[in-house]
Amino acid sequence: MKTIWIPRLLLLLTACGVQAQGNDPQALRASSLAATCAQCHGTAGRALPGAVVPGLAGLPAGYLAEQMKAFKNGTRTATVMHQIAKGYSEAQIEQLASYFSAQKTEGPR
Amino acid sequence: MRLQRRDLIKAAGAAGALALTGCAANMIGTPDRARVLVVGGGFGGATAAKYVRFLSGGKIDVVLVEPESAFVSCPMSNLVLGGTRLVAELTVPYSSLTQQHGVTVVKDMVASIDPVKRVAVLASGASIGYDKLVLSPGIEMMWDRVAGLKDASAQGRVLQAWKAGAETVALRRQLEAMPDGGLFAIVIPEAPYRCPPGPYERASVVAGYLKATKPKSKVLILDANEDVTSKGALFKKVWAEQYKGIVEYRPQHKATGVDGASNTVMFEVHDKVRADVLNVLAPMRAGQIAVQTGLANSNARWCGVNFLNFESTVHKHIHVIGDAIQVAPLMPKSGHMASSHAKVVAAAIVAELNGWEVNPAPMLSNTCYSFVDDKRVIHVASVHEYVAAEKTYRTVAGSGGLSPAPNELEGSYAWNWARTIWADALG
Repeated sequence: MKTIWIPRLLLLLTACGVQAQGNDPQALRASSLAATCAQCHGTAGRALPGAVVPGLAGLPAGYLAEQMKAFKNGTRTATVMHQIAKGYSEAQIEQLASYFSAQKTEGPR
Repeated sequence: MRLQRRDLIKAAGAAGALALTGCAANMIGTPDRARVLVVGGGFGGATAAKYVRFLSGGKIDVVLVEPESAFVSCPMSNLVLGGTRLVAELTVPYSSLTQQHGVTVVKDMVASIDPVKRVAVLASGASIGYDKLVLSPGIEMMWDRVAGLKDASAQGRVLQAWKAGAETVALRRQLEAMPDGGLFAIVIPEAPYRCPPGPYERASVVAGYLKATKPKSKVLILDANEDVTSKGALFKKVWAEQYKGIVEYRPQHKATGVDGASNTVMFEVHDKVRADVLNVLAPMRAGQIAVQTGLANSNARWCGVNFLNFESTVHKHIHVIGDAIQVAPLMPKSGHMASSHAKVVAAAIVAELNGWEVNPAPMLSNTCYSFVDDKRVIHVASVHEYVAAEKTYRTVAGSGGLSPAPNELEGSYAWNWARTIWADALG
């Protein structure tokens, strides 16, 4: 567990400045990785009004990581997310979860 | 400190002089320098412009040069041909890029690029110097590969509609005017071309329209390739079942010429075909500005790039993205992929301009939805990771895949995807 929780804690610390997205190299990389989700979930995970795909901004990191892992291991079914989730490592899933949990639901789309 | 009247006049004079030199250097409203100059406002360029602003916290100035006054999406445009959507529904203005994200949008076209002086000259005569140039030029047809096609296209006889807009509407009108019992033929070039499943989606959606309104009509797919290049098993099942007796697929049909007067297409080996509505796609290559700048170094068609930051392998400080690049294995020429390129290039440029190391492990995503009629959809999805040892992207082992069958749920997801990716690029 330590190998998962320690980097996540570090990320959470850097995530304080994440609204600015690229304040430092680590924040920039986290934003950049999360940007691979934005075409379907919205910029910074902010879904459009009336979207049928859920927004990710501001959701608890634990919930987000849990859902991604469930898609990845097949315990949660989907039309496409079970195929996409398999493209991300456990460490990347933790990074994404931390990033989206730190985003405000209101902001530029 | 209180300013004296004399000081105020001096200050105003200096500002006026500066403004004048600004005007003298360029047309009003066109800046003469940009830290990041983005050329082309499609999925790639618009996303790159927004994400350089977004990822830099608005600290890096971005100028986008685009000749059209609004973005028109190619994805979803086959629904215009099917008659269930209007081009207006696929059109997004560039105004939010300026108002929400502070991008300076210049409605003009880049006529030439000097990669040594790092200056782009616009069609209007203005010029813009840059530190980094992001070139997202899209594709153009190689007209000389299909004799007579350029003229037949210019006359409005044999259309392509492979850039959405007025031509999409013109092709729709041809389909509306076609009598029941008529033949619609779509001619597909050898891969790689923009949007691998696009022609098959178009054939399917048009078949859906004809089946409902002119059921004696036929759709003929004449493909230069050995087989359907994307979602093959899914499309062929739809044609065999839903469009039995309507859609016919013929592989290995490489077009060599068209006769616009008789709506006829000629092939390398097979007999010529006459159709009531003929939609001929020529082989494609990177957009003209990339070719004339010497960036298309792969078969004189596509632009080789360093995949870590999409910098051209020909010229430093020019980053090429979207359909115009020489792709990595299993990387489609799609709007979603262009958007993914744009995000990697934006992050790389923000890092470089800050003096930081560029991310050594960028990732790309792609989800592509194709309609098989007005409601049901099939997808193909993939996740790509940079493999340092090979200096290219590979799909992540075990990831990605296809829909098991056409379904309406993904029809709603497809439209949601479109709205969201447009907002992600231009919102």
